[in-house]
Amino acid sequence: MSLYRIFINKALTGLLLVVLLATSNISFAADGEALFKANCSNCHKPDADYTGPALKGWADREPNKEWIYKWVANPAQMIATDAYAKQLFEKWKPTVMTAFANLKKDEVDAIMKYVDDYTPPVATAQTGGAGAAAGAESEDNSMLFGILTLILALVAFILLQVNSNLRKLTDDKEGVNRGEPVPFYRNKTYLMLGVLVLFMIGGYNTVSSAIELGRMKDYQPEQPIYYSHKVHAGTNQISCLYCHGSAQDGKHSGIPSVNVCMNCHMAIKEYKGDPIVLEDGKTLDANAEIQKLYSYAGWNPDTKQYNPDNNKDGVPDGASAIPWVKIHNLPDHVYFNHSQHVKVGKQQCQTCHGNIQEMPEVKQFSDLSMGWCINCHRESKVDFYNKETKEGNKFYSIYEKFHTDIKNKKLDSVTVEKIGGTECQKCHY
Amino acid sequence: MSNNKYWQNFGELNQTEAYKDAAEKEFKEDLLPIEELSKEGLTLGKTPRRDFLKYLGFSTAAATIAASCEMPVRKSIPFLQKPDNVIPGVSNYYASTYVNGGDAISVIVKQRDGRPIKIEGNDLSSITKGGTNAQAQASVLDLYDTTRLRHPLQKSGNDFKEVSSFDAFDAMIANAMGSMGNKPVVLLTSTITSPSTLQIINNFLAKHPGSQHVQYDEVSYSGMMMANEACYGKKAIPDYRFDNAKTIVSLGADFLGTWLSPVEFSKQYASNRKITGEKPTLSRHFHFESMLSLTGSNADDRYTHKPSETGAIALALLAKLGGAVSAPSIADAHLKAGINKAAEELMKSKGASMVVCGSNDVNVQVVVNAINEIIGANGTTINWSVTNNTRKGSDAEMAKLITDINAGQIGALLVYGCNPVYSTADGKKLGEAIAKLPVSISMNGTLDETTEQCKFVMPAHHWLESWGDAEIKTGQYSFIQPLINPLFKTRAFQSSLMKWSGGAVATTTTAAKDSTGKAVAKVEGADYDAFFKNYWTSKLGSADLFDKALQDGVAETAYTLATATFNGGGIAASASKLASAKSGAIEVVLYQKIAMGTGTQANNPWLQELPDPISKVTWDNYAMVSPELAKTLVGLDVMTNQRQADSYEVTPEKPVIKITANGKSIELPVLILPGLNNSTIAVALGYGRASADEKLSLERIGRSATGAGKNAYPLVGFDGSSFTYNSVATAEKTNNTYPLAQTQVHGSSESRPVIYETNLSSFLANPEAVLEEPNHEKVILLAEGKTDFVKEGTIYPDFEKPGIKWGMSIDLNTCTGCSACVVACTAENNVSVVGKIQVQKAHEMHWLRIDRYFTGDVKNPDVVFQPMMCQHCDNAPCENVCPVAATNHSSEGLNQMTYNRCIGTRYCANNCPFKVRRFNWLDFTGSDSFKDNQQPLRGSELDEVVFQMNDDLTRMVLNPDVTVRSRGVIEKCSFCVQRLQENKLEAKKQQDPSLVRDVKTACMQACPTNAISFGNVNDKQSMVSKARADKHRNFYVLEQLHVLPNVSYLAKIRNTDRHIGVIEEHESGAEHKATEKHKQNHG
Repeated sequence: MSLYRIFINKALTGLLLVVLLATSNISFAADGEALFKANCSNCHKPDADYTGPALKGWADREPNKEWIYKWVANPAQMIATDAYAKQLFEKWKPTVMTAFANLKKDEVDAIMKYVDDYTPPVATAQTGGAGAAAGAESEDNSMLFGILTLILALVAFILLQVNSNLRKLTDDKEGVNRGEPVPFYRNKTYLMLGVLVLFMIGGYNTVSSAIELGRMKDYQPEQPIYYSHKVHAGTNQISCLYCHGSAQDGKHSGIPSVNVCMNCHMAIKEYKGDPIVLEDGKTLDANAEIQKLYSYAGWNPDTKQYNPDNNKDGVPDGASAIPWVKIHNLPDHVYFNHSQHVKVGKQQCQTCHGNIQEMPEVKQFSDLSMGWCINCHRESKVDFYNKETKEGNKFYSIYEKFHTDIKNKKLDSVTVEKIGGTECQKCHY
Repeated sequence: MSNNKYWQNFGELNQTEAYKDAAEKEFKEDLLPIEELSKEGLTLGKTPRRDFLKYLGFSTAAATIAASCEMPVRKSIPFLQKPDNVIPGVSNYYASTYVNGGDAISVIVKQRDGRPIKIEGNDLSSITKGGTNAQAQASVLDLYDTTRLRHPLQKSGNDFKEVSSFDAFDAMIANAMGSMGNKPVVLLTSTITSPSTLQIINNFLAKHPGSQHVQYDEVSYSGMMMANEACYGKKAIPDYRFDNAKTIVSLGADFLGTWLSPVEFSKQYASNRKITGEKPTLSRHFHFESMLSLTGSNADDRYTHKPSETGAIALALLAKLGGAVSAPSIADAHLKAGINKAAEELMKSKGASMVVCGSNDVNVQVVVNAINEIIGANGTTINWSVTNNTRKGSDAEMAKLITDINAGQIGALLVYGCNPVYSTADGKKLGEAIAKLPVSISMNGTLDETTEQCKFVMPAHHWLESWGDAEIKTGQYSFIQPLINPLFKTRAFQSSLMKWSGGAVATTTTAAKDSTGKAVAKVEGADYDAFFKNYWTSKLGSADLFDKALQDGVAETAYTLATATFNGGGIAASASKLASAKSGAIEVVLYQKIAMGTGTQANNPWLQELPDPISKVTWDNYAMVSPELAKTLVGLDVMTNQRQADSYEVTPEKPVIKITANGKSIELPVLILPGLNNSTIAVALGYGRASADEKLSLERIGRSATGAGKNAYPLVGFDGSSFTYNSVATAEKTNNTYPLAQTQVHGSSESRPVIYETNLSSFLANPEAVLEEPNHEKVILLAEGKTDFVKEGTIYPDFEKPGIKWGMSIDLNTCTGCSACVVACTAENNVSVVGKIQVQKAHEMHWLRIDRYFTGDVKNPDVVFQPMMCQHCDNAPCENVCPVAATNHSSEGLNQMTYNRCIGTRYCANNCPFKVRRFNWLDFTGSDSFKDNQQPLRGSELDEVVFQMNDDLTRMVLNPDVTVRSRGVIEKCSFCVQRLQENKLEAKKQQDPSLVRDVKTACMQACPTNAISFGNVNDKQSMVSKARADKHRNFYVLEQLHVLPNVSYLAKIRNTDRHIGVIEEHESGAEHKATEKHKQNHG
């Protein structure tokens, strides 16, 4: 049974990985989405006013596309020179949009296309339901296979019994005396077979559960503040890197310091979204959770000011760091670097952390086992440098042999494994 | 001369039975920390079968329980307000300055998540140019020293009690100093190079009329300064320029190891020792000394003499060079020939020659000045436009102060940065006198020998917690900035002085003018931090320039070479005084070891366990004698008597002798080394730290320093004007023995040739000859018709390295053996300290060792140093024998070691021809699952120092990117793979493969002579590729085994007329014979 389940789980995980990888590689529309999330979503929503105006329908309002390019590159200058820009500023002041001078025209185009094509996501409960149904279905399938196997085994057993009875009958008829047949439960062959099967199943289970020791897939501890990624990353579309910025700089993705939370929560005092229903059926008092944040930050929501620092420790009085419970734990002998995967490998956070934007409270999505790491390293392709088109990461230009092989069509792509990504000392030192 | 015979000890020289036996058995079973198996079999042994089953059952059950316990809940606590420049897990680097007494080295400090964890050299410094030494590398561990004082103290009875606040302390000081009467206040410090501190000191002195500032160097250069005052009118030390010198003659000055500014000098010296171009030239280095020093080992020609003969040699040299002195008679013909040869060479390169002298005798230094004048050193190799400010102590002043203290004529004594009770000849008496003074305040960081005698203790910050500056040479400033908030309730020394001189400083005293004469306007500040900022902002001109200076770590002004006017008036008088130097049958010479120096860092486990490059001894000092002297002193003939050589060398227990000099005696074990003068006993300073009450030593002085060696400072003499570090002595054998933990021959190449060396003239005549032998051996290994040794010399396939292939090249010509790399490696890679007991059992863990080989004449051998670490063989013998594939090869040419896969069979270590793999015999790091399993071994197997290293405070020094190894696994050099990975990641992020050229391993970064190059061999522009382009010198150790190492060496070339490895007799005819032999070899 468990054999099937594991097989199916693996198949599903693999499928999910493939789907995620595939979606991350669909370039145009997805790029727009990624760019929007990375650059705009902190202040804009596609279809509703937020810190800045809703972006959908820009073509009906803005003078022309060129205007958009100029505006994105340097809003301050536009406000000073352009009448429409000034009008816009009057409406939204004192906030001035951040300049994105390094966004290219085609990237701006991609963002604009994304916001125009944007349709609000279908209620998540539905998708969740569908997913659950699919899951249940696959469970049923494995049950089906199991029952089928059992029935077949039973049929085989009955047939064997019938066979032996028939042989006895013919023997009796022909006068061959073979003695009383041993009943099947005392037949040593059957017994041996049974013991062997039990031993194999038991051994397999022991070994695989021993390997699982210390792994914490689905670990979902209770946190000091009920922080919902679903509300922040899902509904409000805040880019992952806004809070976990060090994921692109260092080995740790980093848990945002309290002042990062307060960037938004100085203004957002109340939760106005759909009620959050907890596992026990109760509805969460989301505003109380925001109040917890204020108390950690030493912020007084009434006066809209931080508490004074009377004890001269450099932080507002009463403020303290939030003792989050760490979910993703790697053993000490493993070196893992987020920036390697996010910045160089260009992986989506969801590849390893699952659909975090749909998790009310975060749980560990992957088992973080070595086999899981290695599998991905075997399959993932590096952003290999193409000497002709000059595309890809130029670092890889030093791999002369692979360049020759690609040229000679011996190789079509380079996986992480090819450049040594499955060797011991890439992660253990 | 490829057929040189190299040897590490007398056993190897004579190929004794015990030596061969020891070389064969890498893991000596009688030394292992496991119970002996009895011969009667398992059932009757100490651990019978039943017990074995019990243990088996218990460990299975325990493992099951331990493993199935619930996972601990870990917290992940972010910042409340994250500082902009701190990204968790990303290191920051800040420039600062390592300061220890007068020593100052510009460094870059690696700070990881707010903790300083590694020291590196600062390339921007024109003085050290990115070099460091072992002490600077190790000083980061001092920050986390468990003996550091955690708050101000006040003496109460024989103990100390905490003073609740700085204000309360200041009030007590004001009170005490107010009621001590009219007696003078003396501030006793180490040499202060900091201009801002000197200004504060001047203010302090002005506030206390009649007070005095005495600077004290534990090993003094006072004689030299007095000589310079007499000859040049400047009581200072000039700027030595070894890089301008073609001929260097050193009279006992260990300028590559411990003399004055060794890092700077090593850099300069090495610049003339590199082999470059078609017709390479080398500087020529003559060395005259009594013992065998690090610098002497690197000399081209080395001569030994009695310590008392230094003056005679200087005079003979001067006379030979045409000075108006009569040459004293020198009995030793070899020595005399050496002096003549040196004089000849000095004159040949007149204007690019220099003589340096390590003596603290003013008369010797006057003669040396006269020599330097004749050979045109003044203004060329000895520069007087700037002075070296790292030593300013005056012995006469110090001697007077000691007399005054002993006579009770001092009112208040303030001590900072020095430890006179430990480091003066009559320390005990001085300590008792200090305790009787009305006011005594120490600002040292620990309860050292002097501090524990003081009434008040206001511990100062460690330099990594301080602001500060150092004017290393005139106008060459190096800055100190804090890398971490003070760990304890300590206060900057300068802030304390400011408080005690009446608060904010506002002054235009003489010191306010800096050395360039520019007046510094009024500077104020409530404490030193503010004062320092104001001082430098005003001095440099703007806040931006101040910020830039802090960022660079240095602010320097260019200078040109200049002469000083020489006044030879005192030469005759000095010469006549030298002529009457006292000599004896046995003389003792006191020296410093490169690790321990003067003993200020004695509680640093990394330095204590660093094998001395010459003697390979850790954890102790000893009486170093020549084999000849050993024969007469302790009756051991190690040269010819094989049994005695074995019994002496195999056991760590060494006979102890009692040395008496200047009316004091100490007992020390004898260490027999070739190359010493036959009348000389050499003893290292800096050991034997102990509290007045020895029971308190462990707690006050520290767990590393306590019990390590004997204090040799009592043997220091005083000749009326300066301290003397050599004297006539007597020595007698005692019946005691004492164990010395020596790492020598722990990793033996079993007399296979591993070093190739020749002299410059042979090399120029036939550059192919030096590697003729190994190249020939490679050819014989190949089958007929095959040419490619790498691919065709083996039955194994050749694996491609498609991207990067890491490689290292080590230039034996510029490696001086200084061991900075060994400490850097220890710090970078969390290498365990194992303690003296385990070093004796050959269980030391250093990933990088420096092998010292002797060759040639046993009486005065040549010495070669060879850094040896994992060679990362492409066809590695260790990889094939690992039953669990815990060690295997990467596609970048790294021999990878995976600790969590290793089961500890040690097959790999057995099969390694380089003996570089280290096994964790015991739980040195406390990282095993069971917390208390170190305790039963405490004292018997594990020294206290292991527990010191495992203290939570000390563990803050660990590099979080490197796994801390547990018991039962092998470890070895990883080529600093964490640095390689970090560098590659950066190159990938920047999408620029050329960034890979910037990567430096810890050893390479630390090296003061740039002897180590590292990089991508597949990249023809990398440093290592360029180094390996020297085809005539590039060799791989034991290449004929076809292990294909990724570490290559460059053969050593000495600039001498002798033929290396050939024993010459000391007559002129021998030269001819040797040449004959040489010719035959190549004939």
